[in-house]
Parts: sequence; structure tokens; C-alpha cells
Amino acid sequence: MDGAFILAHVPDYLSGAWVTLRFGLYGVACSLLLGLLCCLLRYFRVPVLRQIAGGYIELARNTPLLVQLFFLYAGLPRVGIKFSAEACAVIGLTFLGGAYMAEAFRSGIESVDKTQVEAGACIGLTMGQNIRYVIFPQALATAIPALFANVIFLIKETSVFSVLAMMDLMNVADTLRTSGGRTVEVLFMLMVTYLLILLPVSVLATLVERRLRYTGFGN
Amino acid sequence: MNDTILHVQDIYKSFDGNGVLRGVSMEIREGEVVVIVGPSGCGKSTLLRCINGLEVIDSGSIYLRDEKISGRTKDLHLVRQKIGMVFQSYDLFPHMKVMDNLLLGPTKALNKSKTEVEKEALEMLERVGLKEKAYALPRTLSGGQKQRVALVRAMLMRPEILLLDEITAALDPEMVSEVLNVVIDLARGGMTMAIVTHEMRFAEAVADRVVFLEDGMIMEEGKPEEFFSAPKTQRAQHFLQSFTYASKRDKKSDKNNFED
Ligand SMILES: Nc1ncnc2c1ncn2[C@@H]1O[C@H](COP(=O)(O)OP(=O)(O)OP(=O)(O)O)[C@@H](O)[C@H]1O
Ligand SMILES: [Mg+2]
Repeated sequence: MDGAFILAHVPDYLSGAWVTLRFGLYGVACSLLLGLLCCLLRYFRVPVLRQIAGGYIELARNTPLLVQLFFLYAGLPRVGIKFSAEACAVIGLTFLGGAYMAEAFRSGIESVDKTQVEAGACIGLTMGQNIRYVIFPQALATAIPALFANVIFLIKETSVFSVLAMMDLMNVADTLRTSGGRTVEVLFMLMVTYLLILLPVSVLATLVERRLRYTGFGN
Repeated sequence: MNDTILHVQDIYKSFDGNGVLRGVSMEIREGEVVVIVGPSGCGKSTLLRCINGLEVIDSGSIYLRDEKISGRTKDLHLVRQKIGMVFQSYDLFPHMKVMDNLLLGPTKALNKSKTEVEKEALEMLERVGLKEKAYALPRTLSGGQKQRVALVRAMLMRPEILLLDEITAALDPEMVSEVLNVVIDLARGGMTMAIVTHEMRFAEAVADRVVFLEDGMIMEEGKPEEFFSAPKTQRAQHFLQSFTYASKRDKKSDKNNFED
């Protein structure tokens, strides 16, 4: 391997990593909000919106992100709706991630005993207070592993941003590879950079999960 | 003067076409302790759950003081703030310390100041012998301790009436009396209560009035000394006989001591 080549291109990878990380995190944050919203719509059985949420979740989970992005980036402009590449990236990732996050939140909420909800009601809490103080903290504890898995999954999925001509990690590597031909070095650095981004997230997930286990609820 | 706290008027409730409550009426006066007994599945829990709106009744009406509380869909939490309820499964919030369990209702639902409620909570915990557990997590408590905390949690809301549904049914025998003694204490303090229990000696000790429910109807009702020694209906006699056999059988292991 060519060490000098690697060193010379570290700045390229850093800027690619910055794009990946930044838009990945925007997407993750929006996914969490959208997922929570969908989950609540279904939990409260809000008419119509609940069905819309259900349909959306199936659609998003059963189509590839690549196809979703093409639709946003190449399809919608044909009917006069045009977003920038960055906007498409965040919208696309949110569209996909929202569905997965909704399912993670749902598994959490469903794990909270019905008697807990009744106990909250019996001390005169409003439904909103009950959700906030009784149900949500317990649901979150259960949902945490799935939520973290989704975060990692979504950040990895950002590798398809390159089709939007964004200079994310994947595109940086692609460009270098097609111009310079040092395939081994280029791909090696690509893997290492993804690893450096995602490993801390994994470690954090493990720490949080372990902590939850220790302070574990268990009645 | 009208000192009726709770007035249940001819209520009906069915699940999937099965009539569980079939025309139940009763009144509970201020300071009165009414014990509801009856065979398993006769509708005791359903009756209590209908009172605070956990189940919606099919017909009839329920009044708390002079306010109609049945048939509301809005602001049910305002009604429940005045009705305490404790179940057999304690249902403490496992992610909160005992004190936070106690503070939640009064500070969030009633908007009381935390310092004021905390002081009150500590006093009450002391009365039930659990002051040193104030900042422990629920999972470190025994069943009997949890249930005493659950009683304190309900009482801190200063309800007009307390509904207790077999609160000792899940406890090991040696913990039953520590919980029932708290209830007896509350009764002496003038708390209005509707109590469902299978502990007949406790029922006799605590009740001002006994209501015998069977097949969703009140079959007999009377003072405890009359009901337990000379029940009027044959069905109540049968019901009580099944208990005599049961209690004779486990008399040796019976450590309950409600009066200390
Ligand atoms: N949510 C429900 N859905 C369907 N059936 C129910 C429901 N809740 C209660 N029932 C039925 O209603 C009947 C009365 O139940 P309930 O729990 O009120 O009886 P109970 O007198 O409290 O009995 P136990 O002494 O065993 O606690 C039972 O046949 C029960 O199966
Ligand atoms: Mg019951």
C-alpha cells in the first residue's frame, strides 16, 4: 500500500466524512421526530392519519432508499417539484428512517404494561402527562437498542447519497478511484473512515444499553 | 343534609354481549367503608373500574357528590383526581424512586408545590413504616412494601373516595397484615372506601356495610356482623361456606392479625 497516497488524500476523506456525518445526523434527527409522530398517531388511533402513517411505514420499509432518492431527485422535478441535492438527501433519509424509527418506538410503547397506563390515569394524570412521565420513559428504555441499530443503519445508508452528486464519503472514494486507479488504498481508506464514524456510535449504544440494564426496571 | 359521596344508579356493563353488571345500584356515604364480596368473576373489579371510568358503562349513571361522572368523555382526569384506586399488582412506576412515584400526581395533576408534597409524603411514609424507603427504587421493595407505597400514592391525591381491588391478593401471606393494617388505619381516620377483598376476617373488621355481588347483581347487603353470622340469602350462605372450609384448611398458616 502506498502510504504517501493515503496521507495525501486524508483531507478529501475528512471532507467526505463531514458530508456523510452531517447529512446522516440531520436525517437521523428528522427520522426520530417523524417516527415518534407516526408511532403516536397509531397509538392514539387517530382516524385517517393513523392509516396514512401505516401506509407510509409499509411503503418506506419496502422500497430501496436508492429508488426513493431517484424518485425525489429525478422523478419529482418532472412534475415541477424540485429540491436541492442536500434537501433530497435529508428528505430521503428521513422518509426511510422515519418508518424504522416508528417501528422501534412502537415496540417500546407496546412493551409498557397496560396496568402502568391505568395507574397513571388513576392518579389523575392527563393522557399527555401519562405519556410523558409514565409511558415514554419506560418505552424508550425498551426501544433504545432498536433505535441505535437504526441510527447505524441510516448512517450506512447515506452511502447512496453519491447518486445525488453529493461529495459524501462514497463519492469521494469513487472519484479518486476512477481518476487515480489506486483501488486498494482508496477502498481501504473508505472502510476505515466509515468504521471511525460508526464505531463510536456502536460503543455508545453498548454503554447506554448496559446502563439501562443496571438501573433496569424489573418490577 | 346529604352526605352521599358516591351514588351508583342502576348501571349495566357487558363485554362482548356478556352482561357483567346487570343493574347495580349503591350509595356510599362520607366516611363509610363498604366491602364488596362475591365469587370470582361476579363483576367486582368491573364495578370499581366503572366508577373511575376505566370501563365505560352501557347504561345507568354514577354520581360523585352531586356531579354526574358517568358518560363523560372529556376531562376524565379531573374525576380520577378525586377517586383513588389501588390494584392487586401495585403498579408503582418502576423507573421512578418511591418519592417520585408519590410526587407525580400531586405536583403534575394538582400543581402542588414539590416541597409541600414531599413533606407530606415523608409523614405518610413514616405512618406506614416506610420512611427509610423514600428514595429507593420500587424493585428493591417487597410486595407488601410496594402496596403500602401504592396506598400512600393514592392517598396523597387526597381523594374523596378510595377504591381498593384485592390489594393483598398478590402478596405472600406474611405480608398481608402489614397492608391491611394500613387500610384499617385509613378507615379509622374517616376515609371513605369501597373495598373488594377475599379476606373475610378483614372484611368483617373493616366494613361498615357489606355488599354481596353475584352474577352482576347485588344479592344481599347489610351490616358485617349480620352478613357474616346470619346471611339472609341462600347464595350468600353458600358463598360464605366455601370460605369457612378454606379458612379452616389453612388456619395454621394464618398469621393475619388485623388488630395487632
Ligand atoms: N376487558 C374485558 N373484556 C372481556 N371480558 C371481561 C373484561 N373484564 C372483565 N371481563 C369479564 O367480566 C366478568 C367479571 O370480571 P371481573 O374482573 O369484574 O370479576 P371479579 O368479580 O373481579 O372476579 P375476581 O374475584 O376473579 O377478581 C368475568 O367473566 C370476566 O371474564
Ligand atoms: Mg377482580
